[in-house]
Amino acid sequence: MNIPDWFKQPWPWYVAGPLIGLMIPALLLLGNKTFGISSSLRHICAACIPRKVPFFQYDWKKEMWNLFFVAGILAGGILAATLLQNPHPVAINPRLESELLQYGIRDYNGLVPGELFNWHSLFSIKGFLLIVAGGFLVGFGTRYAGGCTSGHAIMGLSNLQFPSLVATASFMAGGFLVANFVLPYILKL
Amino acid sequence: MDKISPKKHHRFLTENTDFETRSLDAVCVNESELNHPWWYNLKYLFPGLLFGIILVKSEVISWFRIQEMFRLQSFHMFGVIGSAVVVGIISVWLIKKFKVKTIYGEPIEFVPKKFNKGNVYGGLVFGFGWAMTGACPGPLFAQIGTGATIIIVTLLIAIAGTWVYGYFRERLPH
Repeated sequence: MNIPDWFKQPWPWYVAGPLIGLMIPALLLLGNKTFGISSSLRHICAACIPRKVPFFQYDWKKEMWNLFFVAGILAGGILAATLLQNPHPVAINPRLESELLQYGIRDYNGLVPGELFNWHSLFSIKGFLLIVAGGFLVGFGTRYAGGCTSGHAIMGLSNLQFPSLVATASFMAGGFLVANFVLPYILKL
Repeated sequence: MDKISPKKHHRFLTENTDFETRSLDAVCVNESELNHPWWYNLKYLFPGLLFGIILVKSEVISWFRIQEMFRLQSFHMFGVIGSAVVVGIISVWLIKKFKVKTIYGEPIEFVPKKFNKGNVYGGLVFGFGWAMTGACPGPLFAQIGTGATIIIVTLLIAIAGTWVYGYFRERLPH
């Protein structure tokens, strides 16, 4: 298939951001759905392992749209990686590049650094912390906060919700702390 | 739940059968009253597909871009989130102003979110995880799609994290 080159290039923020913003009216118009993704994790829990936990005792089938939505995201990832793949490695700030070089990170071809996120590294302390502990914090934290970047930072802020502003500020504060003061120690392991 | 007026079209907003738990959530409150067969949900594959492509092509699900964002080394992520919110605010405002209905003719309604301490504690915890994995829940699905199979582990553990939260929920400060 002949796909123009500009389409395969990384999309600038002023293209991607507004398109993401349009997800909100799209889902509302399609069926009164509010944009949010972390809830899919809850629905999966409710569907697979409810185990008498009240938090998972609800009719998850009514929220099934969310699971189709994330299945679509997965398919979108496949499509983007096959048909629309950018042949060049991600271009990042040279300061970050030199910092990461100290930790032996040189592979910029994937969305995640190949040196850190692979099946082999899962069994090292560093890989375990990033993949397993990190994943746990994402799943636990998003539900505790009542939403993630999509549900709070994008949908919640679009509806001018104060709790979403607090949550978004907390995401950023938490990420800022770990990326600058904790992650360097993990990457040194 | 006093904020919800009894005049709302959707019965579930006034009856609040399951609102106490759901009110803390990002979604779940805006369900349809129409009883459609399950395959009506198939249409949500399309916005999902588009969203997945946007996430990959804009590199917002790149671990490197997330590191740049948290080190304030690039405007990219802030630009994406900021412009998405601007478009979102305008869209929501237009929908409210013109009382736009869904494609099935139902009124579109919004439920105010109630603040609780989980927004802060959970938000911080998620922020820690975001900086480590370089992904929030949506990107996990997209990253797996691009062939990073190891992220399946991250996703399964994130589901486990959600489950653990649900299990200990009553004992956590909210």
